[in-house]
Amino acid sequence: MAALEEEFTLSAVPLGAGPDGLLGVEQCDKTDQFLITDGGRTVILYKVSDQKPLGSWSVKQGQVITCPAVCNFQTGEYIVVHDSKVLRLWTNEDVNLDKVFKATLSAEVYRILSIPGTEPLVLFKEGAVRGLEALLAEPQQKIETVISDEEVIKWTKFFMVFRHPALIFITEKHGNYFAYVQKFNSSVVSKYTLLLGQEEKSVIQSFTASLCRKFISLMSLSSDGCIYETLIPIHPSDPEKNQHQRVVRSLLLKTVVSGNARNALSVLDQDHVAVLGPSLPASKECLSIWNTKFQTLQISKELPQGTSGQLWYYGEHLFMLHGKILTVIPYKCEMSSLAGALGKLKHGQDPGTQTMPHFVNWETSQGLGSQNAEPSKRILRRRKIEASVQPEVPGSQQLLSTIKKDSEKHIEMELRKFLAIKRTPDFHTVIGDIVIGLLGRCKTEPSFYPRNSLMQLIQMHVLSYSLCPGLMEVALEKTDVQMLQLCLQQFPDIPEAVTCACLKMFLSIGDDSLQETDVNMESVSDYSDAVQEEQMEEQTGILQNGFNPEEDNCDNCDKELSEKPQNTIEETTSCPVIPKRAALLNAVLHSAYSETFLLPHLKDIPAQHITLFLQYLYFLYLKCSENATMTLPGMHPPTLNQIMDWICLLLDANFTVVVMIPEAKSLLLSLYKFVKSQICICSELNKIEVSFRELQKLNQEKNNRELYSIEVLELF
Amino acid sequence: MGEFKVHRVRFFNYVPSGIRCVAYNNQSNRLAVSRTDGTVEIYNLSANYFQEKFFPGHESRATEALCWAKGQRLFSAGLNGEIIEYDLQALNIKYSMDAFGGPIWSMAASPSGSQLLIGCEDGSVKLFQINPDKIQFERNFDRQKSRILSLSWHPSGTHIAAGSIDYISVFDVNSGSTIHKMLVDRQYMGVSKRKCIIWGVAFLSDGTVISVDSAGKVQFWDSATGTLVKTHLVANADVQSIAVSDQEDSFVVGTAEGTVFHFQLVSVTSNSSEKQWVRTKPFQHHTHDVRTVAHSPTALISGGTDTHLVIRPLMEKVEVKNYDAALRKITFPHRRLISCSKKRQLLLFQFSHHLDLWRLGSTVATGKHGDTLPLSKDADHLLHLKTKGPENIICSCVSPCGSWIAYSTASRFFLCRLNYDRVHPKVSKMPAFLRSAVQILFSEDSTKLFVASNQGSLHIIRLLEGSFKHLHTFQAQSGTVESMCLLAVSPDGNWLAASGTSAGVHVYNVKRLKLHCTVPAYNFPVTALAIAPKTNNLVIAHSDQQIFEYSIPDKQYTEWSRTIQKQGFHYLWLQRDTPITHISFHPKRPMHILLHDAYMFCIIDKSLPLPNDKTLLYNPLPPTNESDVIRRRTAHAFKISKRYKPLLFMDLLDERTLVAVERPLDDIIAQLPPPIKKKKFGT
Repeated sequence: MAALEEEFTLSAVPLGAGPDGLLGVEQCDKTDQFLITDGGRTVILYKVSDQKPLGSWSVKQGQVITCPAVCNFQTGEYIVVHDSKVLRLWTNEDVNLDKVFKATLSAEVYRILSIPGTEPLVLFKEGAVRGLEALLAEPQQKIETVISDEEVIKWTKFFMVFRHPALIFITEKHGNYFAYVQKFNSSVVSKYTLLLGQEEKSVIQSFTASLCRKFISLMSLSSDGCIYETLIPIHPSDPEKNQHQRVVRSLLLKTVVSGNARNALSVLDQDHVAVLGPSLPASKECLSIWNTKFQTLQISKELPQGTSGQLWYYGEHLFMLHGKILTVIPYKCEMSSLAGALGKLKHGQDPGTQTMPHFVNWETSQGLGSQNAEPSKRILRRRKIEASVQPEVPGSQQLLSTIKKDSEKHIEMELRKFLAIKRTPDFHTVIGDIVIGLLGRCKTEPSFYPRNSLMQLIQMHVLSYSLCPGLMEVALEKTDVQMLQLCLQQFPDIPEAVTCACLKMFLSIGDDSLQETDVNMESVSDYSDAVQEEQMEEQTGILQNGFNPEEDNCDNCDKELSEKPQNTIEETTSCPVIPKRAALLNAVLHSAYSETFLLPHLKDIPAQHITLFLQYLYFLYLKCSENATMTLPGMHPPTLNQIMDWICLLLDANFTVVVMIPEAKSLLLSLYKFVKSQICICSELNKIEVSFRELQKLNQEKNNRELYSIEVLELF
Repeated sequence: MGEFKVHRVRFFNYVPSGIRCVAYNNQSNRLAVSRTDGTVEIYNLSANYFQEKFFPGHESRATEALCWAKGQRLFSAGLNGEIIEYDLQALNIKYSMDAFGGPIWSMAASPSGSQLLIGCEDGSVKLFQINPDKIQFERNFDRQKSRILSLSWHPSGTHIAAGSIDYISVFDVNSGSTIHKMLVDRQYMGVSKRKCIIWGVAFLSDGTVISVDSAGKVQFWDSATGTLVKTHLVANADVQSIAVSDQEDSFVVGTAEGTVFHFQLVSVTSNSSEKQWVRTKPFQHHTHDVRTVAHSPTALISGGTDTHLVIRPLMEKVEVKNYDAALRKITFPHRRLISCSKKRQLLLFQFSHHLDLWRLGSTVATGKHGDTLPLSKDADHLLHLKTKGPENIICSCVSPCGSWIAYSTASRFFLCRLNYDRVHPKVSKMPAFLRSAVQILFSEDSTKLFVASNQGSLHIIRLLEGSFKHLHTFQAQSGTVESMCLLAVSPDGNWLAASGTSAGVHVYNVKRLKLHCTVPAYNFPVTALAIAPKTNNLVIAHSDQQIFEYSIPDKQYTEWSRTIQKQGFHYLWLQRDTPITHISFHPKRPMHILLHDAYMFCIIDKSLPLPNDKTLLYNPLPPTNESDVIRRRTAHAFKISKRYKPLLFMDLLDERTLVAVERPLDDIIAQLPPPIKKKKFGT
């Protein structure tokens, strides 16, 4: 649960902050120390836990700091820019900023960016980026212009992506926003354009960004008071064809602040953002923490003296100007529970609005260096419309509407097109929605059964039972064993009742109808060949495992069994089911289950099917014991443990029934003998273990007798 | 190099006591270990796990709980109902205080370290305030039905969890009243046991209480609602101990089957914030009950009835491959329990409550390398000397002439004279004159006795035929009360070297009775000291396996010592994990230094070149077919034998005779109670 702790101020004396507030708060190489650059001429180094300044540096009268001071984490030096072009480097020991290292650059600097683990970068106002070292080596080098004439950089952030630095900056020109992402391992610059869509009149007030696997999640706070999220890929899949990439801006939180004042936004962690600005009903300035996952207000704190609309977040501290005083609010977020997250829901929102994402298109343009190629807003909008009607990239919504009315063939085609495009992070939920859409139509239209589409979707390896609850029921209804087999193989979370229903069907379905189906046979190897040979092998194999019914002399059932020993053996050595059925049963054997939930359902299976399944399992067991590793041949065969567990389960569930059936008698007898022999083996093994231990003890005692001896030792 | 007759002695039937408690101190990176005989040992984990201090045990003082509080203060409590604070400088007991609650089963220091909580036999939980000089009883919490076996503070210090029999209570510290009583299921594998004992509890900052019990369960409780959240059945026997890491992202439990399980808080899926406790790693380093576990930031520490202290580093937390990355199993004390009279060929064995004196046998036969010679006379057990009173022996020594034995307990120092006129020696006791000693040493000619007392002073006593006279006392350096744990005297009797646990080695002039010089302090504690004959070079071994040679007359390190420091020791030498516990010299060969640890003994020949990392440090086979030239070229200063292990003592009796005292681990295991039998086959 997110919590704001008691605030404290960093200095009692108001900073010389101008109307625009501070220039910046930046991290230092030592934890707990921060560099604060005010709007005028001063840089102050604070130790936050002690609430006191450790050092303060000012530029000369007449000079103005134009870019917040940062720390070079590799050298521990501080860097500041004054008068847009003059770079100063100094350390803790330096007293006077006039006497420290100075470099005058040829272009105006927008910002210096520094994060731990890499060298600082200098971002020029014209959009060019240089490493600090390279720049210091040749300060007067020519700086190229990257952005167009009237474009102004609004915001920037520097990340480490898998140990490689990456920079994002946002520019604005005539109310249009552009995002540039530059990676330094490949020095590729990608440019994206933001279309404001419906919210045409809104102005973006604040940006924040965080890394989210392969995307930069860019959040923006618009003047309509809503927070939007945009996923920008870090690695464009196809750098040459940038224009085909689509990034989507979606509404994340609706109307968190009233839009007129200066508001600020900062992302805290995966699920939390901090928003600074006047809250809606009271229109008093306050700092609020929102949970984006649950769309709830976690905590809010009023700031009656007003703020400068700036917010910084480092480690566990939020920095802001409260009145004229720099205030630090420690922030903590512990594990949030659903109940905790729902506890403070502030707005009674109607359920429809928040889940429906508002799509805004960020469309990529040609890339860098072609300023005149930059399309105007109108052209882009047209293009957007074109994009949405382009048949080869249907959105999931469109596909869903297609599903509602079109023919099976057409759906199949559309689906193939849809699956061919790049996967988004919420791919599996989209697939789930599509399946549910298909099933919905199946229910209303009994003749509609888009088997191929469903099979294709299942084979995407992203579905689970809970994502498409009706699918297996429909397949059961249609006795589509092939789909059921696929589901059993793919889904990790099938309820035991459904597993059991599948088993029931697999056992009851006629051989003739089975022969017509196309079942995946890879778990079944050729069991039925060379019965004669098997008989020999089987005998030796069973002996290996200690199972030998002929030698079991203390058994009173032995006589009955010996009446027709040949018969039983033959019964067990040829596979009792046809290979296709075996493949289906193997799929059941492989599925996950919990005994407690499975047992009641197993009781519902008719007795002759139970016997058949038991015979099949016993047959598998005999095949297993043919080789020393106790495995079955073939790809993904059932393991010995699975076989044994199912035998036990079946017997547990249906023991009274099975005992009563005459056909099962011989099977039960052989199982009984087998268990008995296993117990024998275990007790023999235990005996051997104890004997070995006694031998070891004797051996030790023999050694121990030599308590004292005189030996000769030569050292070499 | 030389051929020796080795008296291989295995009749020292020493059995270390089982480990009862361990307590890890994060601030100083030290580990306190208490054993079932009441001994408390302090291990310095930064100094290559060296056992730098110990407090002798006491028969009536079975320690049940051990904890650090207020930074570096160590407290223990036990079944005699007393709380004891230890003085880590003077190495004695500061005070003991009766808690008036019957036997004490558990103790926990508050997160701030200012309060101490104990759980007693009568079901009371008592809170003590820790004052700078003593502890003071503050109040009782609500009395419970039965004994309190485990206690744990909530990290905020507002609540505590107490494990009793069949239930766990949660108390509010301010009111002292029970908020919740959480009943534990007695059922064990479907069979109802008579009782379920809560052996350990841990209170996490999110309010979760983790309990371990005699039914083999590890259970998670929600202390706010008093409900059971999750159960892990980890063993068929008792789970006896639990320790949680400071970050609360992992914990460790020890079971009576000797298994230690590591639990970690891991994300349910790869990037979700929802986390759950998962049993990740089982370790089986013990054969018997794991009575206690501790969780340092980088390692799991466990100890139990099988007397081993096991330090298992968590490989994901270890950054560099060094001492800390290796599994440690510490079995034997890092101090000497054996002394030897060279003249009479006597060995004195020190046990917790008695001393044994043996005379070595002899042989007239000769042989070649590896032969076992026929004995013409077997070893004799001469004397079995029992101490009076319940206290354990701290140290003992037999004089080189064999006619004096000195030993000390925590409250008395004993000196005995032996007469060998008859078959068995006659013991005449000397009047007591000293309170207690940390270390005792006789001079080479047996005329002087040096005693290091536990206030940092050193006494010199002259021994005459049948009587003694106190000669002088070197007082501790002003301001220090650190006890001198190691003593060494030069064979000519002129110099006495003494070392404590942290400061440098002091060298005293015995003739002039004044401090001669102090060897500069080194980062790692001294593990052994000796002064060479004739040259009077002081050889010092440190716990990081470095060896220094310091010339006492010149007051500086010798040339050889500087050379070896410059070149560095062989990497295999530095990777050994037991400290050197004894150093001695060859009377005829001044260039040789003999030293040993638990797994090897080594003769350093200072005249030979030093080995570098490319040379073979340990060469077990005689160089047979090689020519003399190659042999000379490959020869280096370190002659190592790993034939005798575990080696507790090794010394040179005369030029050609060595005595080695071994204590095979199997013999120790044979004397322990049988472990829980686990079936290997069947279910």
